[in-house]
Amino acid sequence: MTGAGGEGTRVRVRLPAQLRELARLPAEVVLEVPGVATQRSVLDALEFTYPVLRGTVRDRATAARRPFVRFFAGELDCSNASPDEPLPSRVACGHEPFAIVGAMAGG
Amino acid sequence: MLVGTRKGAFVLTSGAKRDRWDVSGPHFGGWEVYHVAGSPVDPDRIWASQTSSWFGQVVQRSDDGGSTWQPVGNDFSYDGEPGTHLWYDGSPRPWSFTRIWHLEPSLGDATTVWAGAQDAALFRSADGGSTWRELTGLRRHPSGPGWQPGAGGLCLHTVLLHPQDPSRLLVAISAAGVFTSRDGGETWAAANRGLRSEGVLADPDAEVGHCVHKVVAHPSAPEVLYMQKHWDVMRSDDWGASWYEVSGDLPSDFGFAIAVHAHEPSTVYVVPIKSDSEHYPPEGRLRVYRSRTGGGDWEPLTQGLPQAHCYVNVLRDAMAVDSLDPCGVYFGTTGGQVYASADAGDTWTAVARDLPAVLSVEAQVLP
Repeated sequence: MTGAGGEGTRVRVRLPAQLRELARLPAEVVLEVPGVATQRSVLDALEFTYPVLRGTVRDRATAARRPFVRFFAGELDCSNASPDEPLPSRVACGHEPFAIVGAMAGG
Repeated sequence: MLVGTRKGAFVLTSGAKRDRWDVSGPHFGGWEVYHVAGSPVDPDRIWASQTSSWFGQVVQRSDDGGSTWQPVGNDFSYDGEPGTHLWYDGSPRPWSFTRIWHLEPSLGDATTVWAGAQDAALFRSADGGSTWRELTGLRRHPSGPGWQPGAGGLCLHTVLLHPQDPSRLLVAISAAGVFTSRDGGETWAAANRGLRSEGVLADPDAEVGHCVHKVVAHPSAPEVLYMQKHWDVMRSDDWGASWYEVSGDLPSDFGFAIAVHAHEPSTVYVVPIKSDSEHYPPEGRLRVYRSRTGGGDWEPLTQGLPQAHCYVNVLRDAMAVDSLDPCGVYFGTTGGQVYASADAGDTWTAVARDLPAVLSVEAQVLP
């Protein structure tokens, strides 16, 4: 396992209940992410590994984060960070998860 | 009965007497299920539109009558440069996919299904839902840049397939109106002549812009169409080339749902709703109205339905009939009740009372 900037890394990704159920996955999956771990590379790896999740986290056409989805790198809300910004090293090296969270909203 | 709700899908099953119903579900709990529809070719093949403001659109397919489900393709990309339609305030707004409102399985092929989208577009899959192709001729109709959403969004909610001529299709869009195709969906013509939307459109007789809520037809008389419009119950005798009003003596001609009896092409059902600002039955009395004359003359059907303090709505896809004799009629409410009649509407029973708000009801008769 290598950190940000290495040849690849294993990133823990935590999924919300709705997507776990949809993809029939546990709460957390570990993904092999080539190159630098960023939002984009992690989500690319997630969608490549589990194609049923395409379109559920990011817009199919634009790859933009869906409006009611938030991203956390460990404790840090990185939803509005650039998708190409390297994730913190603790996430990139698998000590803390990259969490995909459904935004709090009524209903 | 295939029931889509705000919090999942439910399958209700009964014997031919339709006096006892078992409820299974929720399937896809917590997700909105706008529509669940079975293939007329293979009733074990069922499609469901599963959608969420958080996590977008999923289409599920069952090949065993709803026991197990498999997500299929969900790439509903508009073809080419999407262009714009009008937003509520009249400003241009790029076409943007939100959800599938309605799934219409092919009449002759279990692998083909049509899907009506918000923002209004028609998609078709010919490979069991794996891939979807937009029929772009509809959205590129010359009137498209002027289409404006109804309160629920710019949604394509009705897809009618002509039972005798596969090249003929009809769709309805809130709030653009009815469009028909004679070439399998490649090109389209507006089919709204006779619709009037006074107080809503600057030109009440405009070619497009009418808030059509639902259109239905009987398979044996496909040229005859019945429409529940925002206001007005309408009829066409020529596959939408012209329309005339058949609201007659209804207590309110506002509503969403409409259905045709399975064996009597001139017997029509509606559920009058008080008004566009008060989406509940007039006087708090839930009544289905039945016309045996193709509209105009309507009789209230009340036996078994709440006749006091009832303030639910019945949405556009939430009424259906079965093909048994006597004809079964079913509808679901925003209060989570599902009502069934095994005698063509004469009497009703609540077969489910506490489901989430019902978005759609379809009936299947299994061999």
